[in-house]
Amino acid sequence: MLKWIVFAPLIGAVINGLFGRRFLALFGQRATEKLVGFIACASVGVSATLAFMAFFNRLLPAPEDQRRITEPFFTWLKVGSFQADFAYLLDPLSGIYILFITGVGLLIHIYATGYMHGDPGYYRFFCYLNLFMFMMLTLVLADNLLLLFVGWEGVGLCSYLLIGYYIKWDVAGSAAKKAFVMNRIGDFGFMIATFLVFTTFGTISFVTKNINGQDVPSFLAQAASTPAVAVGTLTAIALLFFVGATGKSAQIPLFTWLPDAMAGPTPVSALIHAATMVTAGVYLVARCSPVFVKAPTAMAVVAVIGAATAIFAATIGIAQNDIKKVLAYSTVSQLGYMFLACGVGAFVAGIFHVMTHAFFKALLFLGSGSVIHGMSNEQDMRRMGGLRKLMPITYSTMFAGWLAISGFPLLSGFFSKDEILWRTWSTEALPHSWGKALWVVAAVTAVITAIYMTRLMAMTFWGRQRFTEARDGHHAGAGHASGGHGGDHGHHGGPHESGWLMVTPLIILAMLSIAGGYVGVPVALGGSNQFERFLEPAIAKVEPVTATHNGAAPAPVMAQAESHGAVASAQSAHEGGHDVETERLFTIISSVLAVMGLAFGFVFFRRNPLWRAPKLLEDKYRVDEFYDATVVGPVEGLSRDGLWKVVDVKIIDGFVNGVARLFAALAGALRYTQTGFARNYAAVIMLGAIIVIGYFILVLRHWH
Amino acid sequence: MVPLSWYLALSAVLFTIGVVGVLIQRNVISLFMCVELMLNAVNISLIAFSRLHANVTGQLFVFIVMAVAAAEAAVGLAIIIALFRSRETLNVDEADLLKL
Repeated sequence: MLKWIVFAPLIGAVINGLFGRRFLALFGQRATEKLVGFIACASVGVSATLAFMAFFNRLLPAPEDQRRITEPFFTWLKVGSFQADFAYLLDPLSGIYILFITGVGLLIHIYATGYMHGDPGYYRFFCYLNLFMFMMLTLVLADNLLLLFVGWEGVGLCSYLLIGYYIKWDVAGSAAKKAFVMNRIGDFGFMIATFLVFTTFGTISFVTKNINGQDVPSFLAQAASTPAVAVGTLTAIALLFFVGATGKSAQIPLFTWLPDAMAGPTPVSALIHAATMVTAGVYLVARCSPVFVKAPTAMAVVAVIGAATAIFAATIGIAQNDIKKVLAYSTVSQLGYMFLACGVGAFVAGIFHVMTHAFFKALLFLGSGSVIHGMSNEQDMRRMGGLRKLMPITYSTMFAGWLAISGFPLLSGFFSKDEILWRTWSTEALPHSWGKALWVVAAVTAVITAIYMTRLMAMTFWGRQRFTEARDGHHAGAGHASGGHGGDHGHHGGPHESGWLMVTPLIILAMLSIAGGYVGVPVALGGSNQFERFLEPAIAKVEPVTATHNGAAPAPVMAQAESHGAVASAQSAHEGGHDVETERLFTIISSVLAVMGLAFGFVFFRRNPLWRAPKLLEDKYRVDEFYDATVVGPVEGLSRDGLWKVVDVKIIDGFVNGVARLFAALAGALRYTQTGFARNYAAVIMLGAIIVIGYFILVLRHWH
Repeated sequence: MVPLSWYLALSAVLFTIGVVGVLIQRNVISLFMCVELMLNAVNISLIAFSRLHANVTGQLFVFIVMAVAAAEAAVGLAIIIALFRSRETLNVDEADLLKL
């Protein structure tokens, strides 16, 4: 069953990839679109149905400690004590992931059938999209690091293919390459970490494996039972995994590829660069949480990088004018939140945010796609405005997404973000002062998030309709920006609402963005946080660092918490240790922050939608330029002047040519022996004969 | 009876004349004759040894050598005629197409 979840999209990809062109030749564009779209959506639909069935019929009814469904397929590699199976593992963590991957993925597929309408590469697009689903599902369902790595690389490949989908457009090509190369840097860390895991634990599996007749517990279990002192290697492993995660999940310092990746079609941005692929890094960290919790240094690094990325990207987001760029930086920023959550030990809160983020970010991206589509490929928000009346459904769905991402009370983003903020403040994985400092950063980020999202809404949907006046000068450039897209749409008569294929997913996602947070309402707010209880078995607990530091025994606090009665018995000591009152206070603070941001943005950007942010922000802190100067430039210089002109030309070519020249010279000397005179040859023969005879006579005289 | 060494000395002398002739003569017919001389010098020594050891194998070899020499003479003379027809000379140094 699990394998069909994974393989259904692959089948779709194979059919569309192999026969798409033939369909086009046989049936023509219109019918091909129908057929290809149907195959793509159906394959993902099958996968989604099976995923929901597996989750709700098999995983959920199982007792809490037995929620692990493994499905071996075959043994892939077996060398000595090394074993990597092609096997799938469904546990609460991967369960949550497959739900939103297939669910949101299906919606995006449906949306894309509308969005890509009229594109000559329709079948190619859906082939890649399905392939991406396959790889992503492989990633999250893999039961060992190597298979996970297959998916990891696979989504990287599909991301490359899809970012560079407009193959005739230079910018898309270089953006694709950039994404690929930056991911490769992260993958290097991932691989080293995997090697380290194998040499340290002797297995790379997430489940207990029978290797050579002997049960080897998973490396996670082994890590969990490692004594707290022997953590040097674990820290190294955790940090290297995190390097991998920074690449895939666009964290400092490897985040610059994600904004550029907006060169792909908008559904791609929604699917890959918002809802699924970039969350793979968070998945990896959460999956390896037993390793991370043993390595406080690594946790601190994760938290600090996460918080830094969050605020860094948020401030850039406030200054961008391209609607997709704003959302891209917002994604980077939200991913920063997720890592912050992981770093402070609140892995569950991180995953929760991954899920809610998948809803509202997919919604926002698809909404922006709908806007771009309706505006005939205009992406610059300075030339939008006043679209509220023209695109009512897009507007109202985006409205929900806007409030959700800003953390407006009682929407999905609110619960997850509030959870992260609270857990940051009350963290036990880091010293308390760190937690408070990180909380301040995260809270400021929350305000900025609300501001730039409001700016996006103000520039796009409210105010004057600026597109009418800007029509003439810039249209050509904007149309070009989407490469092969556009052209034969047949409706250029001004902004308009998108078709039902695009609008329906928006509505569904809007509902999810509004209600998706209710699976994880924290106890302090009168919920029972089923989400956390469900994920608990798959996630490791943080051992408080502070308890050993200041000697304050956690026991009395626990007792106090239990006396509250509100705490369910299943709640962990870790969670029960906090004051419910304080948590409520913080919920209020974060709501106030969100509303403050929204209000400020509303007042400010309604009045000056074209306000220009400081140049430094508009230039994205010139990080790309910095990388160009410090990394790309030197590497290029070294490659050109060192590797090419010296190593390649001088040494390698020099060696090859040298050998050739040596033999040419040798031959040039020897050719003089070929005089062409028969008598010379005869003389040489005679000479040879004399030498041989002389040898026999003089040297072998006594030889019998 | 003539001792073996005489035959061998004769054979060596004839062979040397042949070799030197091959090396210093330019006329292709002289060359050819020198080659024949070498072959026959060898024949003499073969027969001498054959008699010494009372073994006919040596004489059989001589017949083979003579047969080969006859064949060689036929082919060689044909080549010489062809050479002369194309170049109107018998000087081997002028047949130097293979020269650098």
